[in-house]
Amino acid sequence: MTTIDTAIDRAATVAMTPRRLVDAYVQEAKAECLRYLRNPGFLLPTLLFPSVFYVMFGIFLGHANSADAPRYLLASYGTFGVMAPGLFGFGVSLALERDSGLLTLKRALPMPPGAYLLGKMCMALLGAAIVSAILLCLAIFVAGAALPPSRAAMFFGVEVLGSLPFSAMGLLLGTLVKGQGAPGVVNLIYLPMAFLSGLWFPLSVMPPFLQSIAPLWPAYHLDRLALSAVGLGEGGNAMHVAVLAGFTIAFVGIAARRLRRHG
Amino acid sequence: MNNHTRIARLEHVGKRYGAVVALDGIDLDIHRGELLALLGPNGAGKSTCIGLLLGLHRADSGSVTLFGEDPQDIAPRRRIGVMLQAANLPATLKVGELLRLTASYYPDPRPLAECAALAGVTDLLGRRYGALSGGQQRRVQFAMAMAGRPEILFLDEPTVGMDITARQSLWAAIRELVAGGCAVVLTTHYLEEAEALADRVCVIAKGKVVSEGSVDALRARVALRRIRCLTSLDPGMVAGWPDVASVEARDDRLAIATTQAEVVVRRLLHADPLLSELEVQRAGLAEAFTEIARDADTAQEAA
Repeated sequence: MTTIDTAIDRAATVAMTPRRLVDAYVQEAKAECLRYLRNPGFLLPTLLFPSVFYVMFGIFLGHANSADAPRYLLASYGTFGVMAPGLFGFGVSLALERDSGLLTLKRALPMPPGAYLLGKMCMALLGAAIVSAILLCLAIFVAGAALPPSRAAMFFGVEVLGSLPFSAMGLLLGTLVKGQGAPGVVNLIYLPMAFLSGLWFPLSVMPPFLQSIAPLWPAYHLDRLALSAVGLGEGGNAMHVAVLAGFTIAFVGIAARRLRRHG
Repeated sequence: MNNHTRIARLEHVGKRYGAVVALDGIDLDIHRGELLALLGPNGAGKSTCIGLLLGLHRADSGSVTLFGEDPQDIAPRRRIGVMLQAANLPATLKVGELLRLTASYYPDPRPLAECAALAGVTDLLGRRYGALSGGQQRRVQFAMAMAGRPEILFLDEPTVGMDITARQSLWAAIRELVAGGCAVVLTTHYLEEAEALADRVCVIAKGKVVSEGSVDALRARVALRRIRCLTSLDPGMVAGWPDVASVEARDDRLAIATTQAEVVVRRLLHADPLLSELEVQRAGLAEAFTEIARDADTAQEAA
């Protein structure tokens, strides 16, 4: 039978070339970014909240602030802003897609392993880049922050890469909760962590106990690095980087185990 | 049908979820270019079979192979297409983008325009998936399933939510693929769908294949017709008549199974002139299917 022969021939000759493999990763990341850029329910809160906070507290209500305030608030709201794409874009979408059957379909399809998570990571990085760029523009052109280009670039780099631990945290949360309850759970972690890490009020005005537990939260460490990038650092950068890397590895490790076991 | 044409296989496969036995040592072969319909009540194990062949689960016992390989490896899955029952695709992506993404997973994908034309979604390519009707979404999922020039296509309840015209055009597309040499494994609740498409039907009940064969062979297994009536005749006596396969009695109501309905009806009317509510039915695929499932039940109880 000729049909069988040709079918077998085709299977033997057609292999996935490296170029097509790379294309699969690129397409997945592109699709993931596009779908979120087109989703106002995700995009608006992510981009708007930190920008609105910065405009309100850094610019309109900023007359009585010290000269350092525009930079200080840039670090705080920048950190607040880059947490969201990871926690929500990664965590909530994973939780929803585990529930909706999309993840099951992708596992059945010959999607290259890792393309799914890598796509979400690219989306979170892009989200973080957009938030950071908007805040930088507001700080430099509207609030008049004294920020040389080298520091602005450093801030941008720190915040974009700094979204990775929160993507990892989102990944873990996405494997723990499933379905429609996920946004609530993520908010219950996102908002208190932002507060307890001193992103809304400086830690120095908070009770000593809350100050003492601040290093428990990843957001605290990213905020310290961002402050350092804009020239308000207090040192210890290597330690902060190490803590964030540790959090990332731990979150990914636990999540990978859960995904392997439960899918 | 021999070993050379076999492309997917479940061999003595057992699978349980906690205390629930989903598959109980099932054997199933899928051959190149055939259209196999899996039928069975909910919870019979159809979806578990498909899930195993797609590498979504691991069998507790026995072996599962796809093109001779483990379906949990990616290589054999590059030769399949999938349409699952419940899959909410990203609502904000356009149809063309979904097709391009799916095609990117395969080494030698079908051109996008060809997929779209086969599934009848050419005019939808620029529309967002979330803005489509349920039937249109199913067609898009079908187009995605064909994107990789599959050698086996797994279709889980493909026409749910489609109107009759949409269903028939999907059937036509499926027939076209099968004519091109693609094997199709189909699960369905619509028996007319199995009748319209399948070369081979496999009835699964309680985690086992209870019947396997062509639609005609399946019907022939219940070549019996069923006579129902209200009568005062003694069931034991009727059961003793020639050509009567079995008799069930409840109060005055008799259900008689026979291959010679005309002969038995004549004799019934002769024996009981007051007989009423006479009904004679031929077994359709639906009847055949329940009959077979019930036979399997009784066989199991007897064993």
